[in-house]
Amino acid sequence: MEMFLMSFTVFVLAIFVGFEIITKIPPTLHTPLMSGSNAISGITLVGAIVSTGTELWVTTVLGFLSVVLASINVIGGFMVTNRMLAMFKKKT
Amino acid sequence: MYNFIINFSYLVASILFIFGLKGLTHPRTAVRGNLLGACGMLLAVVVTLTDQHIISYEYIILGLVVGGAIGAVLAIRIEMTSMPEMVALLNGFGGAASIFVAGAALIEGSSLTDSPILQLTIATAASGLIGAVTFWGSLVAFGKLKGLISENAILFSGQQVLNSLLALMVLGLSIGVVLNPESFSLYWMLVGVASVLGVLLVLPIGGADMPVVVALLNSYSGLAAAATGFVLSNNVLIITGSLVGASGIILTHIMCKAMNRSLTNVLFGVMGPSGEGGQTADEVYGGKVKSASPEEVALLFDAARRVAIIPGYGMAVSQAQHPVASLAALLETRGTTVEYGIHPVAGRMPGHMNVLMAEADVPYDALKDMDDINQTIDQVDVALVIGANDVVNPLARTDPSSPIAGMPIIDVDKAKIVVVIKRSLSPGFAGIPNPLFALDNSLMLFGDGKKMVLDIIAALKDS
Repeated sequence: MEMFLMSFTVFVLAIFVGFEIITKIPPTLHTPLMSGSNAISGITLVGAIVSTGTELWVTTVLGFLSVVLASINVIGGFMVTNRMLAMFKKKT
Repeated sequence: MYNFIINFSYLVASILFIFGLKGLTHPRTAVRGNLLGACGMLLAVVVTLTDQHIISYEYIILGLVVGGAIGAVLAIRIEMTSMPEMVALLNGFGGAASIFVAGAALIEGSSLTDSPILQLTIATAASGLIGAVTFWGSLVAFGKLKGLISENAILFSGQQVLNSLLALMVLGLSIGVVLNPESFSLYWMLVGVASVLGVLLVLPIGGADMPVVVALLNSYSGLAAAATGFVLSNNVLIITGSLVGASGIILTHIMCKAMNRSLTNVLFGVMGPSGEGGQTADEVYGGKVKSASPEEVALLFDAARRVAIIPGYGMAVSQAQHPVASLAALLETRGTTVEYGIHPVAGRMPGHMNVLMAEADVPYDALKDMDDINQTIDQVDVALVIGANDVVNPLARTDPSSPIAGMPIIDVDKAKIVVVIKRSLSPGFAGIPNPLFALDNSLMLFGDGKKMVLDIIAALKDS
């Protein structure tokens, strides 16, 4: 229970941090915000990697699938966000 | 000690993500912010690769290479007009990844995580449920945006009853997973039913409401990651998931406010035809709509000192962003001030129009928010509306019985002259006529957006 409360505290505080920062992002950058937040939500990759590397073949298969999906998110998300933001940067 | 290093690295990664998002608060710092986020991700992945539970690396490397390659190709080849599809797809993949990671964790049981069993099972059920709704909902959204599924609201009788039944089943199966964590088939049944629910929840939502749906699914994909974080008792997943969840919720709220509708109304309500007192198209337009030629419009621009351009989804469809930017550049060389008025829900996702104009080299300070442009719209000599309809419909201000009553709009009708480029007088998503087109100070330029703008440019150069 104590363990859960610790995790839950982190969860709630992180939501507050998110609200504080994201309300300050201008509408101009809302599309890059969405693709960029897609990229960081690919953090599931961390859990996927561990599952893939373990002994059981079932979890290796499940892990492998999620490694593929999450890395599409991470690489695709960061690259497309970078591409968009570069367009905002030029001509300033 | 080893655990300390891992957890410390995860903390650093979380801080990098937060600074990365903070960078997005200004276009000047945004590129650096995105790089910071990428560094955080790299750190988290590298540290995870040293985990002692890992006994073989082949499939990990293979997965990273395959996924990375697909992601890179998508990111390089995607057209800016198709960004909503790309984001919808990425949302979905995030959701699906959560389903599989939580499923694997359930099988591994407590050998992989320190989570207490109740937290593990509840969080697993939540990951599977949110992940499946996100994945299938996003696929339907993707299909609608891409035109593979009808963009219109798809409705059938008994839809609400069916959804409620499915929701009850999902609830029951979730309790089943929590009580019998050793029965894996319950988990996959939960994922299956939640998938059907995900499809059915997005099918009835129409094209113009897509900005809300895409933002909401973005939020869900974050919450799915956070739930997976609870499964694994992993703080970096919890923190990142909550950041993304918060981001999606805020965007959803902004989009709903910009349509003056509640979230439940967007998700479950159908935008009906206007109630009593709504005028038909003939009554509104009859004999009052004036059509102009590109040459006539060029003459108006020639005399204008201040021009506002209001782009909508139609501009994206006809890929007219580059000609529009050229027209603006040409006018500016002649001493005309040009601004863009961007409605929050113009396009198919938050900020869609801004990205398109940035692609066409328009500096970001020329892109004005709705509130800013409305303050000075009465000083505008010519307002050019291209591919937008409901977001400039004055009925929102004047007719309380209209389906868009109270929706904030860009008040182009207050400009001295309004030029509307549109294929026909067909109504927008709200399905109501737009009295703007029949105003004394309005001119219609009927045709394809891209072609019409190019014709105006040609006429301006000739004059």
